[in-house]
Amino acid sequence: MTVLFTARNIAIGALLAFLALLPVYAAATGQFFPLTLFTRIVILALAATSLNLILGYGGMVSFGHAAYLGVGGYVVGILAKEGVTSGFAQWPAALAVSGIFALAVGALCLRTRGVYFIMITLAFAQMIYYVAVGLDRYGGDDGLTIYRRSQFAGVIDLSGKVQFYYLCLALLLAAIWLVWRLVNSRFGMVIQGARSNDRRMRAIGFPTFRYRLAGFVVAGMMCGLAGALLANHTDFISPASMHWTRSGDLIVMIVLGGMGSLFGPLIGAVTLLMLEEGLSRVTEYWQIIVGPLLLFIVVHAHGGIDGILASLRRG
Amino acid sequence: MRDEVILLVEQCLNGLQFGLLLFLLAAGLTLVFGIMNLVNLAHGSFYMLGAYFAATFAPLTGSFVLGAALALAATLVVGMAVELIAIRKLYGRDHLDHVLGTFGLILFFNELVRLVWGPGGMNLPLPPYLGTSIEIFTDVHYPVYRIAIIAVALVVALLLYLAVMRTRVGMLIRAGASNREMVGALGINIQLLYTLVFGVGAALAGLAGLIQAPILTAQIGMGENILIVALVVIIIGGIGSIRGAFIAAIFVGLVDTVGRAFLPELFRLAMTPAAASALAPALSSMLIYVLMAVVLVLRPQGLFPVDGK
Amino acid sequence: MNKIFAAAAGALTACVSVPALAQQKSVKIGFVSTFSGPSAVIGNDMRNSFDLALDHLGRKMGGLPVEIIYEDDQQKPEVGKQKTEKLIESDHVDFIAGYIWSNVLLASLKPAIDSKTIVVSANAGPSQIAGELCSPYFFSTSWQNDQTPAAVGLYMNQKGVRNAYLVGPNYAAGKDMLAGVKATFKGKIVGEDYTRWPDQLDFSAELSKVRAARPDAVFVFYPGAAGVQFLNQYAQAGLKNQIPLYTAFTIDETTLPRQGENALGIPGAQQWVNDLPNDANKKFVADYKAKYKSSPSFYGAQSYDAANLVNSAVVAVKGDVAKKVDMIKAMEKADFASIRGPYRYGNNHFPIQSFYLQDVVKGLDGIPVLKTVATIVKDDQDGFHDKCAMK
Repeated sequence: MTVLFTARNIAIGALLAFLALLPVYAAATGQFFPLTLFTRIVILALAATSLNLILGYGGMVSFGHAAYLGVGGYVVGILAKEGVTSGFAQWPAALAVSGIFALAVGALCLRTRGVYFIMITLAFAQMIYYVAVGLDRYGGDDGLTIYRRSQFAGVIDLSGKVQFYYLCLALLLAAIWLVWRLVNSRFGMVIQGARSNDRRMRAIGFPTFRYRLAGFVVAGMMCGLAGALLANHTDFISPASMHWTRSGDLIVMIVLGGMGSLFGPLIGAVTLLMLEEGLSRVTEYWQIIVGPLLLFIVVHAHGGIDGILASLRRG
Repeated sequence: MRDEVILLVEQCLNGLQFGLLLFLLAAGLTLVFGIMNLVNLAHGSFYMLGAYFAATFAPLTGSFVLGAALALAATLVVGMAVELIAIRKLYGRDHLDHVLGTFGLILFFNELVRLVWGPGGMNLPLPPYLGTSIEIFTDVHYPVYRIAIIAVALVVALLLYLAVMRTRVGMLIRAGASNREMVGALGINIQLLYTLVFGVGAALAGLAGLIQAPILTAQIGMGENILIVALVVIIIGGIGSIRGAFIAAIFVGLVDTVGRAFLPELFRLAMTPAAASALAPALSSMLIYVLMAVVLVLRPQGLFPVDGK
Repeated sequence: MNKIFAAAAGALTACVSVPALAQQKSVKIGFVSTFSGPSAVIGNDMRNSFDLALDHLGRKMGGLPVEIIYEDDQQKPEVGKQKTEKLIESDHVDFIAGYIWSNVLLASLKPAIDSKTIVVSANAGPSQIAGELCSPYFFSTSWQNDQTPAAVGLYMNQKGVRNAYLVGPNYAAGKDMLAGVKATFKGKIVGEDYTRWPDQLDFSAELSKVRAARPDAVFVFYPGAAGVQFLNQYAQAGLKNQIPLYTAFTIDETTLPRQGENALGIPGAQQWVNDLPNDANKKFVADYKAKYKSSPSFYGAQSYDAANLVNSAVVAVKGDVAKKVDMIKAMEKADFASIRGPYRYGNNHFPIQSFYLQDVVKGLDGIPVLKTVATIVKDDQDGFHDKCAMK
C-alpha cells in the first residue's frame, strides 16, 4: 500500500483536494477573486490536457492549438450576438465546428513531420487568427463582448461563480479520465508507437495516419469546449486568444508540468498561472525569470514537475 | 504617367523594400537552421536589439551611420554570447526543445529590454539628408530613406552571396549544411564555425531591426510578428538556401504590400470601407500562410531545397 | 522546487489576504491606462495629472484618505478587461478611472457595470457607450469620439475644402473619428483608409494612395506613437507642402516633441487647450510644469478633471461611498471647477462643451508649440444621446 503514497500521488491528491474545496473557502470568506483565478486555471488546464494527448503522447507538436480555444469561443460569441443564447445549441456547435476544423487542418498537416509540422500548424492557427481579425461585424481586433452567458434552461446557471467553477472542474476531470482511457487503449498504443517509430507501426499493419488524425480531432474538440468555457468565463472573446504565443503558453504548461503524464498539464497550468500572478505582484519583470526557467527545464528537467515528483522516493 | 501606374510602381517599390527587409531577417534564420539544424525563435529578439542599440548609439555618437555600425557590432557580440551560453546546449536535440528553449529566450529578452530601456520604446530620428523624397521617375516621388534601404539590403545580399559562394568560410558553411558530421570529421573547428554563423545571423537580424527603427520605432516585442513571416519565408524558400530565402522574401513582401494596398478597393464594391479595410489586410496576411501550406503539401522541401544531409 | 511552492504560497496569500477591515475608512480608486509600450508616455501623463489632482485635494476626499491603484492595460482589450476585473474583485475599488483606448473601454465596461462600480473615462468615448450601451454608472470627463472630428469637419468647410481623403486606424475610435468628419464635412470623400491597429506604423501604402488621389486635403486621426510616425512619413513623402493636413488627437503635448517641425502649420481641434484662461486650468498647468518639468496634454487634463469629479461625489455623500445612487446624482451636476471651464452633462453622462481650433506655430525659442486660434463650436452635444435610454 505504501506504493500508493508516492510523493507524486500525494502532491496530486493534495492539489485535487484543494481544487475541490476552494469554492467552499470562497463562499465562507466572501473572497471570490481566487475562485475567478482558478476557474481560468482549470479551463486552461483543460486546453493543455487536450494538447497533451497529441503532443505528450502522440509526439505531434502542434503550435496552433490555441486556435481551437478561439474557434470554440467565437462560436459561442457569434451565436450569442445573433440571438442564440441557449447553451444546448452553442456548445454542441462549438464542439462540431472545432472538430471539423481539426479534421481539415489535421488531414493536411499530418502529412508532414518535425519542424515542418510545427510550422504548418502555426500557419493554420495564424490563418484563423486573421479571419477573426477580419470579422468586422464581430469586433475584429477589438474583440466581442458576450452579454449573456450560455443559458441551460435552469439546469445550471453559469453566472453563478461556484456553479460555473464546479462545472469546469468536472469537465477537466472528465477530460483527464478520457485521456487516460484513450492512452491505455489500443488507440493510445498506436499513437505512442507511431511517435517512436512510425514506419514500423505501419509495417505491422496499423493505419497510423487515421489514428493520429482521430487523436487530432479529439484534441481539437476538447480544446473547443475549453474555448466555449473561456468565452463564458470572461464574457469576451478576441483574436488575441488564438495568437501563436498563446499556443506557446499551452506548450509551456505541458512541458513545465510534465509531457506525457496525465496530470502534468494541470500541474503546469497551476504552476505557470500562479507564477504569473504571484511573481507579477513581486516584480513587474517576472518574465525574466520564466524565460530562462523554461530553457533550464528543456535542457535539464525533461519530465517537468511531474517527472521530478516521480523521481522522489518516499518509502 | 497615369495615376494608377504611378500607384502601382510605388506599391511595388514598397513591396520590394519590405521583401528585402524580410530577406535580411530570413537569411540569418535559414543559415542557422540549415547548418546547425536549429530552430531559433529568438531571432526576432536580435531584430529588436539591433533597433534599440541603434536608437541608443546614434544620439550618443551624433551620427546615424556610426550609430548603426556600432549597433551591428553590438548585436554580433550579443549573438555570439547567446550561442556560447545558451544555444550550445540545444544542439542535437528535438526541434520541440529548440522551439521551447528559444521561446524562453524571447520572454527573457523582452523583459531585459524593458529593464534596461524602459517600457516606452525608443525613437530613431533620421538625419536630414535621409528625411526627404526625390523624384525617381517622372511624377514618381519616393522617400530617400526607403531607396537607401533597398540599396543597403541589395548590397548585403550580394556580399552574402559572394561570401557563401566564393570564400573558404562560405564553402565550409555550404559543406556543413549538406553534411555536418563530415565537416567535423575533417578537423574543422565546427564549434567556432557555429558561433560565427550564429553571430552573423544575429547581426543580419539586428540590421533589419535598426533599418526599420526610424519608420516603426524600437518597441518591446517588435520581433514576434515579423519572426513568423520570416519563418514562412524560409519554409517557402527551402531551409538552408539563401537563394531560396531571397526569392521567397521578395515574393512574400510583394504579395503582402500589394495585397494590402489594392484588395480594399476590390472589397469596397461589396462592403463598407471599414469592413473592407479589416478584411483586406487579413486576407493578404492569410495568403502568405496559404502559400506556405500549399508549398508544404506539394513540395515539402521548399522551392530551392538544399541537398539532403 | 521549494521555490516554486514558496512562490505559489506567496501568490495564494496575496489573493486570499483578508481585506483591511472597515474598508469604508478610505476611498479606493483604480486607474487603468497604458504604462508600457510606445504609448506609455500618454499613461504617464494621465498618472501625473491624476496624482497632481490628488495632491491638490490633500490626498483626501470627503475627509477620507484616498488609495489609488494604477494598472497597465498594455493597450490590449483583453488585458484591460482582466485588470478591470482584478480591481473590482480583488482590490474592491469604489471607482475606476482612466481608459485611453475605446476598444479597451468597451471590453472592460461589462464587469464594471455588472458590479455597479462607477467608471469615469478620462479619454475614450466610443459611440456605443454614448448611445445604446449607456449606463448610469458611466461618466466621461473627455468627449464623445465623433464630436472632435465633427468640429474639424466644420472647420474644413469654413476653409473651403471641396474634397478630402480620410485615414485612420481600424478600431472602435478610428471608425468613430472618421464617421465624425463625414457627419459635418460637406465636401466629397475621395478616399477612406483604415489601417491595422496598433501595430501598423508604416503608412507608405496609404500615403501612396493619397498622392494618387490628389485631394484638396487629408484628415487623419492617429493618437500617440502612430501620430508621430504618420507626420514624419507625411513629410518624408514630400506631401506636407503639397496637400494640407487636418487632424484630431494626432498632435498634442506628448507627441509634439517628437514630431517637431513636421507638425508646423497643421491644425487640430480640442475641447481643452493649455492656454484656457480659467483659474483651475492656470493652476493645473503651472503646477504640472513645476512638478514634472513638461507640459500636460489633454489626456492629463481630462484625468485631472476625473479626480475632481470623483471628489465632488464623495464630498456630496460625506464619505459614505456605499451610497452609489446619491453619488451619481452629484456627479450628474458636474459641480466642480473643471479645467475646461464650466460644462454640463447630457443624459448619457457625456459632457456638453465647446471645441477650439489649435495650430502649431514656432514658439519664442523656436520650438513648435500649440496655440489656440479660434472657437469652432460652443455647447456641442454628441449625436448619440437620443439612442441612450436614460433621461
